[in-house]
Amino acid sequence: MNVVRFELNGQQVEVQGGLSILEAARQHGVKIPTLCHHPDQRVKANCRVCVVEVEGQRNLVASCATTVSEGMKIRTNSSRIRETVQTILELIFANHPQECLTCVRNGNCELRRLAADYGIREVKGESSCLNLPLDTSTPSLVRNPNKCIKCGRCAEVCHHVQGTGILYSNYRSVDVMVEPEYGKSLAEVACVLCGQCASVCPVGAIHERDDISKVWKALDDPEKHVVVQVAPSVRVSIAEEFGFPPGTIATGKLVAALRKLGFDRVFDTDFSADVTIMEEGHELLQRLQTGGVLPMITSCSPGWVKYIEHNYPEQLAHLSSAKSPQQMFGALAKTYYAKKAGINPADIYVVSIMPCTAKKFESQRPEMSDSGFQDVDAVLTTRELGRILKQAGVDFSVLEEASFDNPMGISTGAAAIFGATGGVMEAALRTVYEVVTGQELVNVEFSAVRGMEGIKEAEVDLAGSKVKVAVAHGLNNAREIMDLIKEGKANYAFVEVMCCPGGCIGGGGQPYGTTNSVRQERIASIYKVDANLPLRKSHKNPAVAELYDDFLGKPLGELSHHLLHTKYKNRGLHKLKG
Amino acid sequence: MQISVREIINGMEGKQALLQILLAVQDASPENYVSEDAVNDIAYMLNVSRSRVYSTASFYSVISLKPRGRHIVQVCINAPCENAGKQEILAVLEDQLGVKLGETTADRQFTLEGVSCLGACYVSPAIKIDDRLYGDLTPELVVSILREYQEEATALDCNAS
Repeated sequence: MNVVRFELNGQQVEVQGGLSILEAARQHGVKIPTLCHHPDQRVKANCRVCVVEVEGQRNLVASCATTVSEGMKIRTNSSRIRETVQTILELIFANHPQECLTCVRNGNCELRRLAADYGIREVKGESSCLNLPLDTSTPSLVRNPNKCIKCGRCAEVCHHVQGTGILYSNYRSVDVMVEPEYGKSLAEVACVLCGQCASVCPVGAIHERDDISKVWKALDDPEKHVVVQVAPSVRVSIAEEFGFPPGTIATGKLVAALRKLGFDRVFDTDFSADVTIMEEGHELLQRLQTGGVLPMITSCSPGWVKYIEHNYPEQLAHLSSAKSPQQMFGALAKTYYAKKAGINPADIYVVSIMPCTAKKFESQRPEMSDSGFQDVDAVLTTRELGRILKQAGVDFSVLEEASFDNPMGISTGAAAIFGATGGVMEAALRTVYEVVTGQELVNVEFSAVRGMEGIKEAEVDLAGSKVKVAVAHGLNNAREIMDLIKEGKANYAFVEVMCCPGGCIGGGGQPYGTTNSVRQERIASIYKVDANLPLRKSHKNPAVAELYDDFLGKPLGELSHHLLHTKYKNRGLHKLKG
Repeated sequence: MQISVREIINGMEGKQALLQILLAVQDASPENYVSEDAVNDIAYMLNVSRSRVYSTASFYSVISLKPRGRHIVQVCINAPCENAGKQEILAVLEDQLGVKLGETTADRQFTLEGVSCLGACYVSPAIKIDDRLYGDLTPELVVSILREYQEEATALDCNAS
């Protein structure tokens, strides 16, 4: 790699070639402020708060969009720069509601942090804030156009990572609005509610719908038996809400914290993830043996399910009919658990802790009520869990580790890895291999399906017959595989798709600051959780065996079919009118 | 029968650029605009998101996303025409057509628009009706120009009925 020498604030320094001034300065301990910049996104250069002086250039330059070159003389801190940045911030504030105290981003707003750093004490000039209605059309997200600073991060992730193409910049100049076409609500367009826009928004312009008060109400109701389930990926991300580094494994503290909140039972979505593998694994075998529709595609990710319903409705037969672990848990909590514990299911209230905003939508799908009640009553994202714990005064750092309750708290490593891209595939292969071959799988780690590569492929030998599988995460990658399937060019038997980059550990409901490097940390920890568990195959879970013996019968049996499988809806929008 | 977006795009030569398609679709529309159905069809044909098509269409003032009259009357609102008597010309247009700037007549024959510079400062004050430029205007001239279009519209209506 070539080395570039340049002068930074009067000091001679060097970096590898090709870096922007912003990146080069950061490597030398100089933090240039940013707003529209995001480490995983293309350069947008529209907020201008990262301007610096380059000797020989008349105007200040955007450091995010200027490559550092040999001999460059750069100043990042001068009165001219400070005054310019202050003016830019004041202009942004003039269009931004001064509602910081009551804003959902209070405490983690990037604009507010800059205001603090730059000592903004008054908003000069005339304030001209919009007063448009909020978009509360979906159960998952709330869009507040008044707080949008038009940085374009949401549009970037919506188009170039997810390929959903919902949010984009409309109109021009001072009239610019980042929104769906014709200013439509999110419910009127093919939004999958993944929440990646909310994850990258620097301010409070789009965020998860806050369901904390619903959960408090249930917890405060003495008539309700309130049970909680926690998704696999939350145990490696919740600690970030309390200042711990990304990738901190906090399973025991998480259970203890939930108990402190007052839940009657603290259960684990990992349990129902093992059940998912039993159902989905056997469905795959059935399709392979009876000439069913292949490839079979996973259906755990509600954003992905909504995406295929909108964009590839003619391919819905490829989706596994198995419900997601969240919904299997809900259906079982109000039937199996209710019966076992002798509790009237009408009194059971199921709360999910999920890394995901689309899970809120999934829980409210009308067909998700096979227990005779809405199977999952409320869904909190990891971020909301952080907030409710703070409201309750739970000091995460001093909690003693605790264990999940039985029976729906027992799980395996196969379930834990559901949280990472490739995890469902690997978990399914561990079970399917043993069911098909009747032999013990010694090396349970399928490394070919692990990691952050967009599309991963592997070939597995199942008792002499080779089976090709693929894994995709992020909907742009899913689209590539779907186009192959549509054209009849995919020779896979089984495909895993996760809506969000990195899988659930990178979900739209995870703590702010989720970048690809943070995703890597969380993925590494997920595999550590798996490796440290005594049981690593779903079909070896004794609680799952008991569930089938005492209640369900067998995978794909009549009761399983009723409680644990579902149907999908054609939400096709793209039809040529003319 | 109106020509479809598919036919317009398939009939275009060379690279199918979004702005060119939007202009062609607008030209083919009897109401001089790009409808929501057309936005959706263009997105489908180009395999891009509807929001991207809408974004481009809403960025350029030359594209209208609202139905307009059969004839677009554009009045230059920049300084040279202003100094040369644009106010008077605009007043006559508004009076004759019975609409304000930005509005469409009830019979959907005319839409009156203000534009920035028609590139005809040498004959200011100037207006443009559809593709035709009219300069060195006086109030009387405006009335007679408009009458031609109005008579043509009446003739068309008589033929139709």
